[in-house]
Amino acid sequence: MADGKTVHEAALRTPLGRVRGLGSAKSGTHHWWMQRVTSLALLPLTLWFVISLIGLAGASYAETLAFIGAPVNAVLLLALIAATFHHMAAGLQVVVEDYVRGELRRKGLILLIQGGSALMALASAFAVLRIALAS
Amino acid sequence: MTDPREAGFVGRRSDGSLIRRPLSPHLQVYDMAQMTSALSIMHRITGVIWSAGTLLLVWWLMAAATGEAAFAAVQWFLGSFLGLLLLFGLTAAGWYHTLAGIRHLMWDAGRGFDLPSVYATGRAVLIGTAVLTVLTWVLLLLFWN
Repeated sequence: MADGKTVHEAALRTPLGRVRGLGSAKSGTHHWWMQRVTSLALLPLTLWFVISLIGLAGASYAETLAFIGAPVNAVLLLALIAATFHHMAAGLQVVVEDYVRGELRRKGLILLIQGGSALMALASAFAVLRIALAS
Repeated sequence: MTDPREAGFVGRRSDGSLIRRPLSPHLQVYDMAQMTSALSIMHRITGVIWSAGTLLLVWWLMAAATGEAAFAAVQWFLGSFLGLLLLFGLTAAGWYHTLAGIRHLMWDAGRGFDLPSVYATGRAVLIGTAVLTVLTWVLLLLFWN
């Protein structure tokens, strides 16, 4: 291809591959689509969280626990946590894919991002559940 | 060809000749004094900033679940000068990423691609970020008890 004469664009695509539409990464537009879905979910959830934090400013420990543990708040917090860390991992992964060269370094960083995001999500969700189920 | 994705960089100039293109929004390719490219990279930067900011959320929730002393420590930090400065910066970055994100969703829906719209929505994002950041903190200070 580098000789500047010919480009064989369709030669390696099978009809089945074209129908499946998943491309070389085997996941199609899933990553891109989930980034948009989580961003839409985060719009109302983050707005609710910011308003809640404004209401919690200066609240005591007991008042904060009561807020986190209230059933509706706990469920919304869990949804916020899931959407936030999914969106965060997806976004950071694209940044790494765009700017980091070298297969090992790139893959290593992506795994680190996914592992770190998963741990942060688990820690946050565990904290909410512990508070909610203890009250 | 040290990078396995180099093959994907090959494109064509308008005269049909082949060219090896850079992979992605590499900053040195663009004029960062342009509003379009500056706002674009700002969206990414504010996203990365918020990724770091979620550490505060994890710390806050884990401290609340751990006990009163741990919670007092995180509340002390968030109420300190550095903590408030961090929270203020995160508020601004958060509103920017949210508003610019809505702009991206609008583009995903195929709207607002013409240049006048791009500049108008870009300005709206900047003004909206300033207004909402100030509004958030005015409300926060008003409701502080």
